[in-house]
Amino acid sequence: MNRVINARLASVLGLFFTTAVSAQGSIISNAFNPAISLILDGRFASFENDAEGYELPGFMSGGEAGLGAEGFSVGHSELVFSANIDDQYYGQFTAAIADHGGETEVELEEAFIQTLGLGAGVTVKAGRFFSGIGYLNEQHMHAWDFADAPLVYRGLFGDQLRDDGVQVRWLAPTDVFLELGAEALRGERFPAGGAANDGKGAFAAFAKIGGDLGASHSWRLGLSHWRADVVDREAGGHSHGGAAEEHASFTGDSAVSGIDFVWKWAPGGNATEHSFKFQAEYFLRDEEGDVTVIAHGATDEGRYDGTQTGWYAQAVYQFMPRWRVGLRYDALEVDNDVDDAHVAEHAGLDAEGHTPERWSAMVDFANSEYSRLRLQFNRDESYADADNQVLLQYTMSLGAHGAHPF
Amino acid sequence: MKQWMLGIVFGLCAFPAQAAVNVFACEPEWAALVAELGGARVSVYAATTAQQDPHHIEARPSLIAKLRRADLLVCTGAGLEVGWLPVLLRQSANGRVQPGRPGYFMAAETVERLEVPTVADRALGDLHMEGNPHVHTDPRRLLRIAEALGERLVAVDAANGDHYRARLGDFRARWQQAMDDWSRQAAPLRGMRVISHHQDWVYLYDWLGLVEVARLEPKPGIPPSAAHLSSLTATLEAQPARMVLRTPYQDARPGQWLASRTGMQVVVLPYTVGGSPEAGDLFALFDDTVARLLEAAP
Repeated sequence: MNRVINARLASVLGLFFTTAVSAQGSIISNAFNPAISLILDGRFASFENDAEGYELPGFMSGGEAGLGAEGFSVGHSELVFSANIDDQYYGQFTAAIADHGGETEVELEEAFIQTLGLGAGVTVKAGRFFSGIGYLNEQHMHAWDFADAPLVYRGLFGDQLRDDGVQVRWLAPTDVFLELGAEALRGERFPAGGAANDGKGAFAAFAKIGGDLGASHSWRLGLSHWRADVVDREAGGHSHGGAAEEHASFTGDSAVSGIDFVWKWAPGGNATEHSFKFQAEYFLRDEEGDVTVIAHGATDEGRYDGTQTGWYAQAVYQFMPRWRVGLRYDALEVDNDVDDAHVAEHAGLDAEGHTPERWSAMVDFANSEYSRLRLQFNRDESYADADNQVLLQYTMSLGAHGAHPF
Repeated sequence: MKQWMLGIVFGLCAFPAQAAVNVFACEPEWAALVAELGGARVSVYAATTAQQDPHHIEARPSLIAKLRRADLLVCTGAGLEVGWLPVLLRQSANGRVQPGRPGYFMAAETVERLEVPTVADRALGDLHMEGNPHVHTDPRRLLRIAEALGERLVAVDAANGDHYRARLGDFRARWQQAMDDWSRQAAPLRGMRVISHHQDWVYLYDWLGLVEVARLEPKPGIPPSAAHLSSLTATLEAQPARMVLRTPYQDARPGQWLASRTGMQVVVLPYTVGGSPEAGDLFALFDDTVARLLEAAP
């Protein structure tokens, strides 16, 4: 297994370096190659509590949920290939290479094609992509302003919602930005599961509206909805000190609704020296179905009907060229009803009378558009034992100049 | 839901086409040039102002909405807008302005560019592999771009071809006359030694024969550092320069600091249309640029 992965890694990297060298000789010979960028991400993390004991009580966690490794570690190294395929299509491929439990894994993070102008403001995207719901969800993690995901993204989506499927967007022909979108998705990945309905298990829809106020202010407001028929969704992130051998899974209906807002300011629209960004998102998840717990060799089932809500708000201020400071607040609330207390406890659905919240502060320095160093402090009250966390992170990009969405 | 969306889509297709050609110009100089060549037959929107750094623009929702309806996109190209224009293009859902289409016009790609790097290494700063993109600061190149843009307007709106050809002819005559005047007025500037903030004026120097001694940015795109500025004071003792030039959107402090220690003058040039109260159109832009240089010259 490992050898296969290494061979794959070598061939992917080989391709990257061949292109880079040929790019030195002449830019013309490189003109038809895809734009390639490699994101290097690494960090040092210090936690007061044991990272293995991390949990979000009341959430059946999955995906990437968790704190990550303590001490020195490399995060997601991403290799991004993108290009216009012809005059009608654009394509993008992102491979994430990360260590999980001591093994290097190559993960297909994104692989999609997108139309470039069907007419009438319609864009179709197909393949594997980050869902258009919310604000942060569509952005790559390395473009986020904090080193970790908001708690509500961690709890509901396992950091980020992405799936295989088709997305259709329609952009209104108006001066005010108005975009409507819908997605039909496979529904195999967390927070869905089982690829129900013959591999059409999840559905998403979103609306975004935005504009400017003078030359200095711009804003965007979004509404989103996601729902899935969930079959045997495993809860992977929950543990009790990493000791007990136990499994929990959920089958039923899951629906998430959300609202997101972002506001950006720069004097006269010139962000050379100062700029400010405020963003906030709120999500509500409704779930109903059956939970199965296998613990200590015994299988138990329970009926579950729950609501989890969460929000965060953050502000980032660029106080001089290249330097920014940021503050973020996170909060979650859980109202779960499980007819079997034993099932609730082992599935992680018992809120334990706790309301998770977190304060984060960060300062970052970008020497150029291609490099960033960040220091972040979290006062994390995800569960009953409050944790003080310090993260020191670098995010650097090699190769093609990335263009950042709003 | 889907039927409802399709209903809106087809409803909009039925709207009559607008009379004027909708032009989305990335920078004010191209908006001004389109207005010169198109007159009343075009409706032009400038995505940025002279007070904004065209390298660093947010891909704002309002810009996406504007590009959605454009018939023609006029930008500098050569990597100047690489941080934001690709996002606008992909989100605009507008096939008319995608690369390779008649509605996609990159001004810098129609003229010879200076400072094309021979080595691609980011240790040398934020290089544009296509060469220096600030081509509009040379009026000779601007005229060649006007000719290419005039042809493009004819291609996009063939029904009004004669209108664009006539306006181009008129613009060419007035511009050549103005260039003769500027060249004559600016003759005393030839050989004058200057310092620039970024590499914004390479083409202006090429035209007027100014000599660039150094730049405030240690590397392209890297803000001036205290260490670099100190080293410049030493350079300037050996090789004095007359003035420090910057654009309206650049940080004023590094230039002022250096000027206060070396006896140079800081001159803010309009850089583009709207960059000074006087620079109301392309003719006034160069009138004002030459006037400001002459005023600070010995």
